[in-house]
Amino acid sequence: MSPKLASLLDRLIAPALALALAMAIGHVLILVAGASPPEVFGALLAGTWGNGYGIAQVLFKATPLVFTGLAVAIPYRAGLFNIGAEGQVVAGALAAGFVGSHLPTAAPALVAVTTCVIAAFMAGALWGALPGWLRGRFGAHEVITSIMLNFIAMALANWVVADFLAQPQTLHTAAIVDGARLTRLGSWLPAFRGSAVNTALFLVPVVVAGTAWLLNRTATGHQLRSVGLGARVAEASGVPVARVQTLAMALGGGMAGMVGVNFVQGYKGYFEDGFSGGVGFMGIAVAMLARAEPWLLIPAALLFATLSQGGLAINALVPKEIVDVLVAVVLVVAAAAGARSARREEGS
Amino acid sequence: MSVAVELRGICKAYGALTANRAVDLTVDVGTVHAIVGENGAGKSTLMRILAGVEVADAGTVRILGESPARPTAREAIRLGLGMVHQHFMLVEPFTVAENLVLGHELLRAGLLDLAAARKAVADVSAAWGLEVPADARVEDLSVGEKQRVEILRVLYQGARVLVLDEPTAVLSPAEVTRLLAMLRRFAASGRTVLIVTHKLDEVMAVADRVTVLRRGERVGDLVTMQTSPAELAHLMVGRPVPMPGNRPDPPDADPAIDESIAGSASGGSGASAGARPAILTLDGLGLVAGGRSALAGVSFKVGAGEIVGIAGVIGNGQSELLDVLGGLRAGATGTVQFGGSDRVNLLTLSVAERIRAGVAHVPEDRADRGLVADFTVAENLMLGKLREFGPWYALGRTAVRAHADAVLERFDVRPRDPEAQASTLSGGNAQKVVLGREITRSPRLLLCGQPTRGVDIGAVEAIHAQLRALRDAGVGIVLVSAELTELLALCDRILVMHRGRITGEFLAGEADLDRIGELMLGATAAPAAAGIGGPP
Amino acid sequence: MSAFLSGVFLLQLLRIAVPYVLAALGGTFSERGGVINIALEGMLLAGAFGYVLAAHASGSAWVGLLGGVLGGEVVAIGLAAAVVRLRADAIVVGVGLNLLALAVTRFLLKLVWDSSSNSDRVPAFDADNSAVGLVALVTNPVFLLTVTLLALSPVLLNRTRFGLRLRACGEHPEAATSVGISVTTYRTAGVLLSGMFAGLGGVWLAASQHQFTDGMSAGRGYIALAAMITGRWSPLGAAAACLLFATAEAVQMTLQGQGTGIPTQFLQMLPHVVTLVTLVGFIGRSRAPRALGKAR
Repeated sequence: MSPKLASLLDRLIAPALALALAMAIGHVLILVAGASPPEVFGALLAGTWGNGYGIAQVLFKATPLVFTGLAVAIPYRAGLFNIGAEGQVVAGALAAGFVGSHLPTAAPALVAVTTCVIAAFMAGALWGALPGWLRGRFGAHEVITSIMLNFIAMALANWVVADFLAQPQTLHTAAIVDGARLTRLGSWLPAFRGSAVNTALFLVPVVVAGTAWLLNRTATGHQLRSVGLGARVAEASGVPVARVQTLAMALGGGMAGMVGVNFVQGYKGYFEDGFSGGVGFMGIAVAMLARAEPWLLIPAALLFATLSQGGLAINALVPKEIVDVLVAVVLVVAAAAGARSARREEGS
Repeated sequence: MSVAVELRGICKAYGALTANRAVDLTVDVGTVHAIVGENGAGKSTLMRILAGVEVADAGTVRILGESPARPTAREAIRLGLGMVHQHFMLVEPFTVAENLVLGHELLRAGLLDLAAARKAVADVSAAWGLEVPADARVEDLSVGEKQRVEILRVLYQGARVLVLDEPTAVLSPAEVTRLLAMLRRFAASGRTVLIVTHKLDEVMAVADRVTVLRRGERVGDLVTMQTSPAELAHLMVGRPVPMPGNRPDPPDADPAIDESIAGSASGGSGASAGARPAILTLDGLGLVAGGRSALAGVSFKVGAGEIVGIAGVIGNGQSELLDVLGGLRAGATGTVQFGGSDRVNLLTLSVAERIRAGVAHVPEDRADRGLVADFTVAENLMLGKLREFGPWYALGRTAVRAHADAVLERFDVRPRDPEAQASTLSGGNAQKVVLGREITRSPRLLLCGQPTRGVDIGAVEAIHAQLRALRDAGVGIVLVSAELTELLALCDRILVMHRGRITGEFLAGEADLDRIGELMLGATAAPAAAGIGGPP
Repeated sequence: MSAFLSGVFLLQLLRIAVPYVLAALGGTFSERGGVINIALEGMLLAGAFGYVLAAHASGSAWVGLLGGVLGGEVVAIGLAAAVVRLRADAIVVGVGLNLLALAVTRFLLKLVWDSSSNSDRVPAFDADNSAVGLVALVTNPVFLLTVTLLALSPVLLNRTRFGLRLRACGEHPEAATSVGISVTTYRTAGVLLSGMFAGLGGVWLAASQHQFTDGMSAGRGYIALAAMITGRWSPLGAAAACLLFATAEAVQMTLQGQGTGIPTQFLQMLPHVVTLVTLVGFIGRSRAPRALGKAR
């Protein structure tokens, strides 16, 4: 038991170091901006975990981060680096908005909700599968192709919305049918009133548990991990490497697509152009901080959601852009420190 | 006599693994000194420390009377020591001339002076009779030529002390003879040679003195004339090694060969291929890789219960042959019929389909193709047989564990821990895991590449025994090995490959080491060899 | 069609190509040394910001140029420290540095100019802004510098001691070590060169607009990386691929100006589609440095 504990501690060193360094840099930046660090951190906490609304907003913002975290983590376990979640989010949300607004108004809630969720997942999965396939089939690096596909997705979504789907004078689609909408938690819990946190939150543990099971307990997961840790060994033992890579990217893309569930079905009620606001990129930091372990994505997403929501609370004191800096610092340091601890394991 | 190399109390550890423990070594100028030991005895580490490529944890190094100011390769070279590494330190896309001057570039007006580099190649190669084309790219050279480039470079750098790490592992017997003769010439010219090897016949043939390492410690320092292969083997392993006939003329005898032939004979299955039904029939197999013909007109049969060995100098198509048969390389022409009544052309099947049809594969390069380093042993043992552990959506943990325990037990893998990380296993145990995984597929055909490369002597015998047992159980085996002695020990038939073609065939017992060596270097097949190797 | 044959189109193409060429050349030096450089995007952005900040503070475009190079180098130092020294995953760190550059420039933009979109106007090399066309281009010092660097790069890489050793580190670092070459030093130098080149690319971006705008690198670093791969890791090949991608962008701008029936969104994504297709089409035919991305 003790070596297991030691290896667990070893694995936590990198994230802890990342967080400590991010805190230190945050301190410096706050001072540069001419504010007082205790005051800023105090405001950040008060504005998030200090009241019901703040907590609800953190949960609301953590939900998509778990999805985009999974979008990065699943391909990462297959040895691929998906930085195309941003585009996959757009694809999923557009599909949810399109399908949701074209359902018959009388559609029962269960059917309508499920249809939209599936549409969001499938659209994201298709957009994600493309760079996976290009990698498996042609060897084109997914970092470049998926970032190109981000630009293409945004341009395409803009075109579809502006030229075909937009309501007059707006850049959003028609409202989805009532049956497809998710309930806001504020309607049950008075403390959460005013926040957009909704039942999409309940999807989080389900999807995370499913992913953890898939990775660790299924044949598909074993193949996926073997491709990630030793693609040439996997190939020699009969694993269809290209197909597994495409599948991993498709699953990741599908997870990113599910962001649309939270946004379209749970919040706005329609697809709006340019809504994603960097959740795809923040998912990279979430996944790296969690070292691509499904269950660790939840605390990582809560942390970044706290920063994200807290940014609004501290904007009067320091520019809220400080939050983006901290997120990126965590990502870089987690990657650098992760390599160090991995090497230590190798050396022993 | 003055001292060329003096090592005192060299210690080196990698984590928990001690590679060198307080090793002393003294080598006189003008001698050939052999360093012998089993795999993992710390020979290479010691030489890399001497050459400044590795840094010792403790101890002192003196080269030709001087201590290196810093433990760097550059400093060792400055003091007159050059090393020919086991894995060539040549930049493949560079030309011979570029490789020669790398690190000691000749400049003209601030730019590289490649004309001068070419002239340097010509000068050194003329002086030592080591002909290599100066403008050829290293990636286009044969293994023997690459080694000559390495030696050339060391001489060009002005080395007075040459260290060669396992230089004969990649050479054919005739090339080995040539190399050993050259090493004697170096010594005669007042240079000093250190040669690392685990082949005792070479030691007896070339060395003046020999140092034996075992588990990182020096356990012997002997004058070659006053020792015997048996004594050296005893020192290397730490216990007496059975040597058939301790004859007084060791330089000519290869104990391993005698031992192996005896072993093969006792296996009692030296019958000819015709007696068994063929499990595998290659017909006109060809492959073009990188614009060159890697395999051409390869035709042979493997019977059920037969081990067919492929001999050849590394890089003559053996690796490509295994890769094509294993499904790891596309684009081959010809046909490969596999099976009995259910005959299929293997070339039309995916890797997974081949496995299901009954083909198992122990890849040549364990680290590259055999084991996922960051997987546990149990996870590695699941590769390619996931269906055995229950439905795809819920693999049974008990079944996985039971399978791993059974394999570890049967193949005597240490530690007996299915949860151990594969990267922590020794070479021999790692190979047993791969072999165990492949054999427990219950294959009808085993493709086996370099089964004992990087494996300690104790495990070699166990692995050989497993292969013999598999053969006796009726499995056809294609065995590729760089060790001729291993092929002679195991095979019912040996085919020789040269430049992608089968150039000779020998039945067990008829195998003639000299003749095989000639064929490996491209001599044409003698009438004595059976005609199965040729086109039908 | 005549619009594409005009001198105006050609000049525009060259102006567009400059940052691509600089970033791709920079990437070549990093990757031929064995370090994957996804961080070109961040180097471009930091270079652009460094230019604007320094030009703003000093009032001089030349000081701005130094500031831009320095900006690129800050990202390069981060990459070299994490990847060459600490042996971190170059791809993850590279993407992280791109996001960091985006976030830091955004933060500083807010702090210095209190804007979330663009900086104030800063001086550039074409101060009077009246000289347009060929004269303005060939007298622009950054353009001249680009042409010079492009001409020198193949020489530096193929004909000098530095280049030979750098390439040895990218192909077989152990071999380099065995002849006394410090792989750490040469790889770091390769990454720092790429920071200088890409930083200069950022200078061009910001100087031609006289200001910094949020996220103004807009994926050019990734496109330059694709150009480098398409150009088979050779300076001239990479530059040729950059011209191809720049052509796509110039066509897009020309068509957008003419008002064809094609939806503008399709024109906007043209460079990205061309990059994607070219990368996929060329990838099989190019060979990466053998030790690219390998610690040593």
